[in-house]
Amino acid sequence: MSVTDLGMPAFPAAAARATRDTRLRANLRHATHTIRDKRARAVGELADWAELRAAGRAIKDRTLRHLDHYLERLEEAVTAAGGRVHWAADAAEANRIVTRLVRATGEREVVKVKSMATQEIGLNEALAEAGISAYETDLAELIVQLGKDRPSHILVPAIHRNRSEIRDIFRSEMGDWGRPAPEGLTDRPGDLAEAARLHLREKFLRAKVGISGANFMVAETGTLVVVESEGNGRMCLTLPETLISVVGIEKVVPTWQDLEVFLQLLPRSSTAERMNPYTSMWTGTTDGDGPRTFHLVLLDNGRTDTLADTVGRQALRCIRCSACLNVCPVYERAGGHAYGSAYPGPIGAILTPQLRGTASELDASLPYASSLCGACYEVCPVAIDIPEVLVHLRERVVEGGRVTRRGVRTVIRPAKGHAAERAAMRAAAFAFDRPGVLRAGQRLAARTRRLHPRRLPGPGRAWTDTRDLPPVEAESFRDWWQRTRGGERGSGQEGAK
Amino acid sequence: MRVALFVTCINDTLYPRTGRAVVTLLERLGVEVGFPAAQSCCGQPQFNTGYRHATEPLALRYARAFRDYEYVVVPSGSCAAMVRDNYPRLGEKAAAEGRGGALAEAAAEAVPKTYELTEFLVDVLRVTDVGAYYPHAVTYHPTCHGLRMLGLGDRPRALLSHVKGLELRELEGAQECCGFGGTFAVKNPAVSAAMGADKTRHIRETGAAAVCTVDNSCLMHIGGMLSRQGSTVRPVHIAEILAGTEGDVL
Repeated sequence: MSVTDLGMPAFPAAAARATRDTRLRANLRHATHTIRDKRARAVGELADWAELRAAGRAIKDRTLRHLDHYLERLEEAVTAAGGRVHWAADAAEANRIVTRLVRATGEREVVKVKSMATQEIGLNEALAEAGISAYETDLAELIVQLGKDRPSHILVPAIHRNRSEIRDIFRSEMGDWGRPAPEGLTDRPGDLAEAARLHLREKFLRAKVGISGANFMVAETGTLVVVESEGNGRMCLTLPETLISVVGIEKVVPTWQDLEVFLQLLPRSSTAERMNPYTSMWTGTTDGDGPRTFHLVLLDNGRTDTLADTVGRQALRCIRCSACLNVCPVYERAGGHAYGSAYPGPIGAILTPQLRGTASELDASLPYASSLCGACYEVCPVAIDIPEVLVHLRERVVEGGRVTRRGVRTVIRPAKGHAAERAAMRAAAFAFDRPGVLRAGQRLAARTRRLHPRRLPGPGRAWTDTRDLPPVEAESFRDWWQRTRGGERGSGQEGAK
Repeated sequence: MRVALFVTCINDTLYPRTGRAVVTLLERLGVEVGFPAAQSCCGQPQFNTGYRHATEPLALRYARAFRDYEYVVVPSGSCAAMVRDNYPRLGEKAAAEGRGGALAEAAAEAVPKTYELTEFLVDVLRVTDVGAYYPHAVTYHPTCHGLRMLGLGDRPRALLSHVKGLELRELEGAQECCGFGGTFAVKNPAVSAAMGADKTRHIRETGAAAVCTVDNSCLMHIGGMLSRQGSTVRPVHIAEILAGTEGDVL
């Protein structure tokens, strides 16, 4: 393979580092196996799970097929309810819009409820450059932010941390951001939660601007929905005077009836709960109740281009439950950081190379971050055939081909670093299409079998560093058949040609 | 019943004894087996690594090689899954690219006649007791493509449970991937090895003398790791267990 010839692509190298971190391995193993088992029980309770899953898939597909229509309906409904809708073609535009909106309030601080879209666009960093402090209020996001760390999981961003690491972060960092951790803080979950609660309460009561994402947007009424477990979302959505929601355009569902399906699929798939503790829904603004100003920033950032790909578009069905991460054997060993984006795990491996393209070494390596075991597809509540999309994107990496970039159809060249592999694959296919060549190769391998080294040089080392090679037998199957049976049907019978 | 063996390239070259075992087993069950020499590789390594176009001649070759047969028996879950799941995709994509319907026709011909070995035994021959004898403790690892793409379910275990002398040992985390994944094993060697280390540890913990699967490609990885670890647990394809009888010297 070209991998070892031309230097390790980003994912394999980062993942290799993670596999050597025994504490990280233990944290991830414990956390993913716990939630994986709980999810299986929660899903197993429903006799109609397969039908729900099919319905979720169908609703998403229908909505995506008519996305322009539903987005315009949503815009009308949000506007009619007193909100303002902004359209952002990419991350930079979304960040500019949000920064401008916060500046217009005169505030220098915002509270945030956990949002994948704002992580995707790097909003916190953009706000910091503009002199605005964004405080994450989800417990795990707080841990990540205080630890100057990056999230490593969609649902449990601090999954790579255990509780004693969290206690240490709270003790050393909370004071720099606001109320310090209580004296003598222990690593008991209750004490850690209380420390976070006291620290965050100050932020909630002071903040004039809240920033959120949304799990769903209901087109018919212009209603946004956030599901969460800690109540911090409700604080961010109701206490500030101004609320700015940044939401990917694929999050729209046509009606409340459609929403009902996803409010069953999502909690069981993500937190393994029958129903999540807090479901907040808001429609524009209401006098005397909640924010007086509401802005909705609709984010494209590669989604329309993804929609143009008939195989890859199914990734847009994703409802960010993270069931695929929790069941993925590669994620469990590699951890979330190795995926190099806000979206780790199997869904990240198919979403990131579509949203960002496959030009960088990291993004080109993501479709290969899978053994194609299929566990992700099995648990996906909207039936995204992740292995199918992975293979589809591998083709894009090694063969190039037609893609849509910023709305323009274009043909991309194969990614760099696959020349040797391409030659090897084509040579193998050539030989396999000529059984005579194949047989000559087999006989050569059998004749030289006593000379085969135990450890291979060059690219083969990737195999023999940890595995012995199987011994080659003296006679291939086809030679044995020929010698003992003669013709195709065996026992000298006339064989079909 | 015209039955052909698709031995697969990896068995042909590296595990010919598995192919011989399938012939022994099927003939014992009264099935006349054919082996068209025009067969080759299903194209899975190329397809799964992104080289779809290099796969196409191999799919056409497969359909052509087995044209005269009603059934094609494949002693490999992943090669059978390649034919059944991915040949139709080759056909759809070629048609969408305006390159005609030859691949779609090849897929339509190949898919319904292709059976993984345990499917053929249980679904077509309707047999779970094949009269086999294997006096060892064995643990069974359900390989991913057999488990999730083909949906083999309990067919392999049903066959193993009727083998005389065989004691089936439960494998912890049985449904987790072993870490082989074709070119994944060399593109992401560290993660592959980490997955394999957990799988082989669970295998060793069963105390079984042999680990059995429906796929020698996974066994090449599992067995290669066990061998490097100095373990005496033997990797064995299910066909080799089912082919043995009390008359054989084991």
